[in-house]
Amino acid sequence: MDNHKQPNVNLKEVFFVNIIRENPVFVMLLSLCPILGVSSNFVNAISIGAMTGLVILLTNIVVSLLSRIIPNEVRIPVLITIIATSVTLMEMLVHAYIPAMHFALGIFLPLIVVNCVVFGRAEAFAIRNKLIPSIVDALGVSAGILLALGLMGFIRELLGTGAIDLFGLYFRLFPEHFAIPLFIMPAGAFIVLGMIIGIIFSVKMMKQEKQDGLLKNKSVTKA
Amino acid sequence: MIGLFEIFITAFIVQNIVLAGFLGICPIIGVSKKQSSALGMGLAVMFVMMMASIITYFVYHGILDTFDLRFMRTVVFILITASLVQFVEIIVKKFFPPLYKSLGLFLPLIATNCAILGAILLNVDRSLSFVEAMVNSFGISAGFLLVIFIFSTLRERLDMSPHTPKGFKGVPIALIVSGIMAIAFMGFAGMGS
Repeated sequence: MDNHKQPNVNLKEVFFVNIIRENPVFVMLLSLCPILGVSSNFVNAISIGAMTGLVILLTNIVVSLLSRIIPNEVRIPVLITIIATSVTLMEMLVHAYIPAMHFALGIFLPLIVVNCVVFGRAEAFAIRNKLIPSIVDALGVSAGILLALGLMGFIRELLGTGAIDLFGLYFRLFPEHFAIPLFIMPAGAFIVLGMIIGIIFSVKMMKQEKQDGLLKNKSVTKA
Repeated sequence: MIGLFEIFITAFIVQNIVLAGFLGICPIIGVSKKQSSALGMGLAVMFVMMMASIITYFVYHGILDTFDLRFMRTVVFILITASLVQFVEIIVKKFFPPLYKSLGLFLPLIATNCAILGAILLNVDRSLSFVEAMVNSFGISAGFLLVIFIFSTLRERLDMSPHTPKGFKGVPIALIVSGIMAIAFMGFAGMGS
């Protein structure tokens, strides 16, 4: 099987479309639970993002390799089993080699199973495409999730504690008594995410209006 | 008895699964546009969660624990939940067609509702007894029902509001409102265990 001959799949586009234009979190509004739950500090947010990314990569590879064997009627249970297996694998690896991270992420680690993004990529992309595009797609989506989680974690930790703790390195922006602890509490997560999505929607709308305006002007001048 | 009540209140309000635990956000955002479908969704989640807790309790302690297969729990639990949801979907489709129509896409999505898997995993992780696990699941699902119902009533009014900025209409303002609700629920912190 020659995976390099893919005339109708543009790998570059597959990769980049998932990062900004179809960002799984901010635009598609998927995988909101871990985004809200584990983003109270930057390092945890990045690590759950990396874990999710690895799971997506693993499932996309397995699913795209098995796509010819999986019968269409029972594909959902099969996909769920594949995803659950890769999550269990990840969980055991993390438990064995990085126990501190296993403790910090807690229940959100096994809950990657029910992350809609993982299932969505397997069902919408990997099962219909060959190996190489599926890997590229997984990498793009992972980058999108990592971007979203990193941004959330960064904003919340910075505003909530006034500093970013990067694996022991400490970057302080303002003194601790100016910090707003609300942002590291559950309520802050909702508000920050709502603000980010709202701003993205507003910017999109403004762009759309500008385009519509230009079109209108053109038609007016033509007339 | 007091211990059980404490577990219930903690799961119901203090550590509310949605506002403090961040599980089950998708249906809260997706199905909360109408009061009736929010109520239906909440009840469906409640039923599936109770059933799933009962079955997984016996499967975990009877099979996985005895044969030292605890690492399989994620795989086993998700398959149990998925088949239960299929079962509920068939029943609702047969006996309550209007409810089926209004729940639409979100009924099969209960299978991937992290609140249910989360509740089951929490029961197992905390090694609760059977009665405690049941009370915990009941509290969690009641908390979910409470939040999704309050939220749907809020959203019906939000949609009417002319003051929302254009880009914030819909999901963003819903998230910010749930943030404010989470602040209100923070007032209960310190109660229970």
